[in-house]
This record gives sequence, C-alpha cells and structure tokens, in this order.
Amino acid sequence: MDNKVILTMRGISMTFPGVKALDNVDFTLRQGEIHALMGENGAGKSTLIKCLTGINAFEAGEIRVDGIDGPVVNHSTLDAQKKGISTVYQEVNLCPNLSVAENLFIGREPKTKLGTIDWREMTKRSEKIMKDLDMQVDVTQNLEEYSLALQQMIAIARAVDMDCKVLILDEPTSSLDDNEVMKLFTLMRQLKEKGVGIIFVTHFLEQVYEVCDRITVLRNGKLVGEYPIADLPRVKLVAAMMGKDFDDLASIKSEETPKFSDEDILIDAQGLSHKGKIKPFDLKIHKGEVVGLTGLLGSGRSELARVIYGADKNQTGTLQVNGKEEKINAPIDAMKLGMGLLPDDRKAEGIIGDLSVRENIILALQAKRGVFRLLPMSKQVEIADKYIDILQIKTASRETLIKQLSGGNQQKVILARWLATDPDFLILDEPTRGIDVGTKTEIQKLVLQLAGEGKSLIFISSEIEEMLRTCSKMAVLRDGEKVGEIVEDLSQETVMKAIAGGDGNE
Amino acid sequence: MKNKKISSNTILLFITIALFVVMYAAGCIVYSAKGFSHLQTFLNILINNAGLLCVACGMTCVMLTGGIDISVGSLIAMDCMLLSVGMERWHMNAIALCVLVLVIGIVFGLVQGFCIGYLEIQPFIVTMAGMFFGRGMTAVICTDQVSISSNKLFVALANMKIPLPFGAYTSRRGIVQVPYIRISVVIALVVLVVIFLMLRYTKFGRNLYAVGGNETSATMMGLNVKKTKLKAYVLSSFLCSIGGICYCLNTMSGSVQQAKGLEMNAISSAVIGGTLLTGGVGNVIGSFFGVLINGTISTLVKTNGKLLSSWSNIAVAALLCFFIVLQSIFAKIKNSKN
Repeated sequence: MDNKVILTMRGISMTFPGVKALDNVDFTLRQGEIHALMGENGAGKSTLIKCLTGINAFEAGEIRVDGIDGPVVNHSTLDAQKKGISTVYQEVNLCPNLSVAENLFIGREPKTKLGTIDWREMTKRSEKIMKDLDMQVDVTQNLEEYSLALQQMIAIARAVDMDCKVLILDEPTSSLDDNEVMKLFTLMRQLKEKGVGIIFVTHFLEQVYEVCDRITVLRNGKLVGEYPIADLPRVKLVAAMMGKDFDDLASIKSEETPKFSDEDILIDAQGLSHKGKIKPFDLKIHKGEVVGLTGLLGSGRSELARVIYGADKNQTGTLQVNGKEEKINAPIDAMKLGMGLLPDDRKAEGIIGDLSVRENIILALQAKRGVFRLLPMSKQVEIADKYIDILQIKTASRETLIKQLSGGNQQKVILARWLATDPDFLILDEPTRGIDVGTKTEIQKLVLQLAGEGKSLIFISSEIEEMLRTCSKMAVLRDGEKVGEIVEDLSQETVMKAIAGGDGNE
Repeated sequence: MKNKKISSNTILLFITIALFVVMYAAGCIVYSAKGFSHLQTFLNILINNAGLLCVACGMTCVMLTGGIDISVGSLIAMDCMLLSVGMERWHMNAIALCVLVLVIGIVFGLVQGFCIGYLEIQPFIVTMAGMFFGRGMTAVICTDQVSISSNKLFVALANMKIPLPFGAYTSRRGIVQVPYIRISVVIALVVLVVIFLMLRYTKFGRNLYAVGGNETSATMMGLNVKKTKLKAYVLSSFLCSIGGICYCLNTMSGSVQQAKGLEMNAISSAVIGGTLLTGGVGNVIGSFFGVLINGTISTLVKTNGKLLSSWSNIAVAALLCFFIVLQSIFAKIKNSKN
C-alpha cells in the first residue's frame, strides 16, 4: 500500500507533573488505513491522542496534517474537528435526549430561508447518511432508543459526515458485544474504502488482527515501533507491549509444584461475574497455595479479585469457602470469612494518610471486631510494634503519620494491617509496584512464608518473573475473561503465549 | 409504514393534559352552582397566572440546561416595587419604567448567567444570591406597600378588558356577560408561543436541550456550552421581568413580601409539565398546563370556600410527588430496556 500520508506526528513529548508521559513519539497515518495504537495502560496511548485532538498541549514535536501548510497545533476538539480530525470515544459523546437526526446535525443544522431550523431537510439528509452506511435507523427517534453500538456508529457517522480525514476510535468496542463489534468493523472497512484514515485504540488483541493494517506500539511513553500487521504476530506484539525481548527470554525453571488434594480447597468460585468488568469464571484455591493472576494491565486481573472479595458484588455464580456456600455482599462479609485484600491503588484505596502507622495497622482488625469493641490501647501498641518489627517497617515511631513514609513502607503497613487480622486468604494486588528491589524480595519471601503457614493467597503482579518465583498456579486473563490456567510448565514463555492467546495456547 | 413509537416524554405530557382536563371537568360538575363552568372562570385562571406563565417559560428554558433559577420571585417583587414607586412617587412615564424593568432583567440575567456559565458556579447558589439581592433591593427602594392609582396609562392598561367573540352567557340576574381577558394574558400567550417556536426551531433552543442532555457531549460536538448557559439565564430573567409587568398589572401595587415563593410555583409547574430537573427533557406546552393545574387547584380551593387555602399547597405537593414518581418509573423502564 503506497497510500498518501495524511497525518504525521514527529518527536511528540509531554510531561505530567513528575512523569514523562510521552517521550519523543512518532506516529504516521496513511489514507485508507486502519492503524492500531497499542500499549498497556499508562503507555501513553490516550495522551498521544489527546495531544492530537488538542485536549492536552504537547511540549515538543510537531504535527502535520495533509492539506494544511505548516505545523498544526489544536487547542480544542472543535479546532481539531475543523481540521478534519474527529474522535469517537468509548462513552458515546452524543445527546441521548435528542433525535438521531439532531445528533448528526447539531451545531450545523440546515436552515430555512427564515433562519430557522429546517427539520424536513435535516431528516432527509440524515436518512441518506444512514442509508449510505447501511444502517437501519429511524432518524426521528431519540438516540437513547438505540443500542450502544448503534449510538457509537451514529457518532462515527457524524464524524464522517463532517468531512473528517482522520478518525480516531478510542476504545470503541469496550462496551459492545461480539455481534455489535462485527457491525462496527464492517463500518470501519467501509470508511477505509472511502479513504478515511482510522486510528484504532484498543486493548483487544483479537480485534486488532481482524481489522488493522498496521500497528504502532508504545511503552512507558516511548515509541517501541511501527509494524505492518503481517510482521508482528501476537506473541511478539505482547512482548513489545510488555517490554520483553521474546527471543532472549531466559526460561526460569519453576520449583517442584506442590501437590494439592481436593480436600484442601479453601476457595471454590463457580461462575462468578460482574457485568462489564469480568465475565463468569471458575477458580479453585487450595490451602497454602499461591495463585497468580496474569494478563495485560486492564485485562480484568484486579476485577476478578475484587469480585471474590465482594468489593464488586458478584452478579452470577456461587462461592464456597471451606466447603460451605457463602454470600459475600460487601467486603466486611469477606473479612469475617478471613479474607483480606491489598488493593492496587495504594493511595486511593489503601492508606489513610492522616492517620498514624499504628492506626493504619489496626484498622482492619478493628473493623472486623466492630466499632463497639474498641481494641485496648496496650493491645494496639503491641500489634503495631510486632508488625513494624516483623516487616521491618522504617518509620520514626509507631505514631508517625503514614503519609510521611516511603511507598514501600506504606505498602508494608497495609500488609501488616491485613496480617493483623490473621486472614486465611489474602489477595495482594500489585503489592510490589513502585517499591525498591530489596523490599520487593522481602515481600516475595513473606508471601512464600505465609503460604508455608497454610494460608492461601492470590498474587497479582505485572512482573512475570516475580509471579513465577512465588506462584504455584497461574490464571490467565484476557479482555475481562479468565481464559485459562497454567499449573505445570510455568515459564515466562508459556505465560506470555497464554496472555497473547490465539493459536491453541490455552 | 413506519411504526411510530410514542416516547415516554409525550406520554407524560398527555398525562399532564389529561389530569388538567379531568380536574377541571370535576370542578365544573361539583361547583357548577357556583359558576365554575363558565368560560370566565377559566379565563380568570389565565389572568391571575399570566405573570407565573411568563416566569415558568423562562424557568423551563433554564431547567432544560439542567440548571435552576430561584431568583425569579424576588425579581418580580423588585420589578413591581420599581413600577409602583416609579409611577406614584417619582411620577415617571409608564412606558419608560417598563423598558427600565426589562433592561434591569437583562442585566440581572447577565450577571447570574456569567457566574453560572463562565465561572461555573452552582446555579442554585448564584440564583439564591440573586434572590436575596432582589428581595433586599425591593426593601431599599421602598418598605411601604405602594398602590398604583395616578398613572393614567398604566391604570387604563390594567383595567382594559379584551372581550372574546364567543362564550357569552346570561347571568342569573339577566345581565349578558361577555367573557374577557386582560392585556397580561395576551402578553403571556405571546411569550408562550415565541418560546415554544424558539425551543423547536432555533439553534439556541436546540442547544439548550443538548447542554441539558449531556454537557460533555455538547462540548465535544462543538457547541458553546458556556454561552448557551449565559443566554438561558438572561432569557429567564428577561421573561421574569415581562412576567413582573404582567404581575403588576394584576396587583397594581408593590410590596416587599410580594411574589414570595413564586419561584417554587414556577418550578413545580415546569415539573408537573414534564420538565426534568436533570435537564434535557421538557417543553413549555407542558409548563403551560402545569401553570393551569396550579391555578385550577387554588381556584377549586377558593370556590369551595370552606377549605383553608393551604390545602392547595398540599394538593400541589401530592401532584409533584405523583409526577416525580411517574417520571422515575418511566426512566427505570427505559433503563431496563437498554
């Protein structure tokens, strides 16, 4: 395909306070191509799109659009639209209370000679647009009468009708079912024929291989590369996204897998799900077992754990704890059953910055006991001191405010909080993120030690090596669905293949 | 043939109209001896509520954007006081005073609209400040109750009866009564028609719906949300000033306590008429019937004669509950369908 280049971005850089969000990123879009922009969460996909559409201002680099002399800087989405760059987001940005026709034409309504809105003309033109795109829609009905997929397609129709050359689809398929996705793809191919350049941002690997011509991969705000789709098989794409050179991966031998019998099952989840977050899954966890949840960021790892813990209430399925069926409506129920969850968002969900280390440690235990059975102070001090000692939490005193501690030590405090409740089952979601190597190793050791004591754990981490070292079983997630389990032959290679999915890897 | 589905909003509007018809018909049957069934009773409802109708039209526009304007009652009091004092004490020209009142309305709306649209302050807070300001200014202008009697033009306008060519009847004493309306009704109905057409056929009208439907989307679709909001509040205050003149033509006086709680009547009329507080849904036709229902209730209570006038408040409260519950049921049904 020697198509004309319609959009080039060169050396785009931009910083958020303290983070280099984009570092010298290039991007090229040609006429009539569907170009996937891939990367894990936080890789800089959205930021790049926002720089292009004028929501964020970039610091260095330049953008050129075909047909416009000189570099282009957009100051708002409207600005970008005028230059032929339109965006359709995951959440449909149309007005549900207006008719389909109005949604297509608002802001540029056809007028009668009197200067009033010409409804008849608007309906006629809307019907033509819908017909051209093979969509069967009564344009006089309110938008809210139609499914999300149709709404999304109407949003695309609006963008296309506004003479857009570059169409950005930002995670458009996240809330659609398979059938609807197919319809959307048909529409995308139609537009491609018409010469529209489409940037497709998604984390669904399968969909990329279905419609895209080219892939650009970002990681940690940097450009990894641009590849024609044929040159980048799935596994290589995953490797590129995660930053592992696939060929150089040293396969680490896992230790001998401990054998578990069916009598030791602690957690037995059958068909649990939460709509829109995680599809129904089964999971068995034995006493003393460490189960790893792996998958790309955003694949539903945390969501799976949250459903078990009751942070997101399960909508289907049953959960057995110690052989007894239990209903978990809220985290407090889970706590009473001896569960604990160390959330991945330490700042928002874990620490309470203005309380002291001691108060943060006893928090979960106190909650479990109930407000009216206050732990005596001497007991609180005893517990706090015990865990500060065991976990070697570096703090000036047990009364220091937790927000003054470093990230790694904050993490240890939260870990102490759950250990203090003496849980049988602990979920650790990214417990080692953002902490130094030494502390990481300590936490990994602790995980193994807890397992040795007969406790069960779910361990979620983005670092596969870390999981290989600690877990005896790994569940693989992709696109909000548990797609398989790896028990034997745990190695970086098998795990990455499973994450990538595709040809008979499950 | 296309099978047209009737949207739930249309159903709500029909329910409002049906309720009015039923209520009015019931009144006609129960109180026919007291003359409720005469056309003039209905016209009196219009005359008494002409000011409220203007205000309700403006309120509907503001509520369509998802906002609210609770300053209108005080603004009316201020307008009436200004008109009364201007004519009686300062001996000003009636026309000039009316123009002044309208200009004040626009300025009042500009300030409120700027705070809400561009400074992005909560509409409730801004218009609450406007409410206190208006009531305060009324007292600053004059604390007495001032009646208008000396301005010939204004008195003539207020007393002018516009006879209707139909519906004449002979009263029991044998006098032929020709039903009439007053100038304030004409003004209010013109406002109603103009706003109805504006909401349907102008860009600004549609923008009001879009902003109320989803503000983020409206911005993304390239609409100027801030300007639309500013205009909505200017329109509300302007219509409120027109309503103030109508109100004054009815009461022919100004006092500090006048039109207290009128903003709530306007809001309840709009809600009963199917306007959602969350914005994006509603129509002035609904609000018109809302005003009529409000007026009918108080007329019914008055005609009864034995009931405490507070019963009309209780009736309005019950109706509000009924409509809000109805709206939420429709919203639930809609959600479960998707």
